[in-house]
Amino acid sequence: MKIEKVPGKNQKNKVFLYVLSTCAWCKMTKQFLKDNEIEFEYVEVDQSSDEDLEKIREDILSKGGSLSYPVVIVNNKTLINGFRKDKIKETLGI
Amino acid sequence: MTTLDKVRQRAESDARTYGYHLNPDPKFLQDLLEGLRKNEERFGYPACPCRFASGNLELDRDVICPCDYRDPDVAEFGACYCALYVRRDVFEGKTPVQPVPERRPLEKQTRTYATTPTTGAERKTELGTTATKETSRIKKKLWYCKQCGYVVFREDPPYVCPICKAKREMFAEIIIDVEEK
Repeated sequence: MKIEKVPGKNQKNKVFLYVLSTCAWCKMTKQFLKDNEIEFEYVEVDQSSDEDLEKIREDILSKGGSLSYPVVIVNNKTLINGFRKDKIKETLGI
Repeated sequence: MTTLDKVRQRAESDARTYGYHLNPDPKFLQDLLEGLRKNEERFGYPACPCRFASGNLELDRDVICPCDYRDPDVAEFGACYCALYVRRDVFEGKTPVQPVPERRPLEKQTRTYATTPTTGAERKTELGTTATKETSRIKKKLWYCKQCGYVVFREDPPYVCPICKAKREMFAEIIIDVEEK
């Protein structure tokens, strides 16, 4: 799985994203994290192999999420579907 | 090759026809149109840029823009799922654009992940190729609008009739009885 890392000053939480390369909400989410200097990693789901897709689907569903993007996972525990700014801010404490 | 201008013109024309507006945020709109252009280029049809598409036309048919879910989503939330199409009050800034919950049934979402192994780069349209196992599971039927007579051959009836705007409840399946003589 090709994981991209975006460095940031705020490394308090492990922030991981599943995104689509074509999705405007996903772009907005990444930009929001960058603007807030949050370090994060992401995977572009639509650029992944089918083997990885199966893992991605299982990972999202096992954490109680739905298959709508972006998927924001904080500390491998809290999953947020969609660009829900308030929920992301609350979870990251920013 | 599909150009961004062509994608924009098509969306503008469709918005005018249906009484909608395009997203008022120019940067966000540009990203959406670029996503549609990219999908049209790689799949051969403009699948929703904010949903995972399989590249298999039969599996993606309901999320080809304008998707099956646009009309009920714009009516209920003021915007479609990706927020390309918005209602007038949203366009005028009276109502903020909020993320729209996914209306697409989970079964349709999950089956797009279960195709034959390919790499992301290889995942492209299957137009004109033989049907896959997933495609063969789709049972298409003939549906007609009881209000205007519009007939469509697909898995489910549309949420809204594209001709007379009747709701899904106005659609009935056409069952043809062939009597043997």
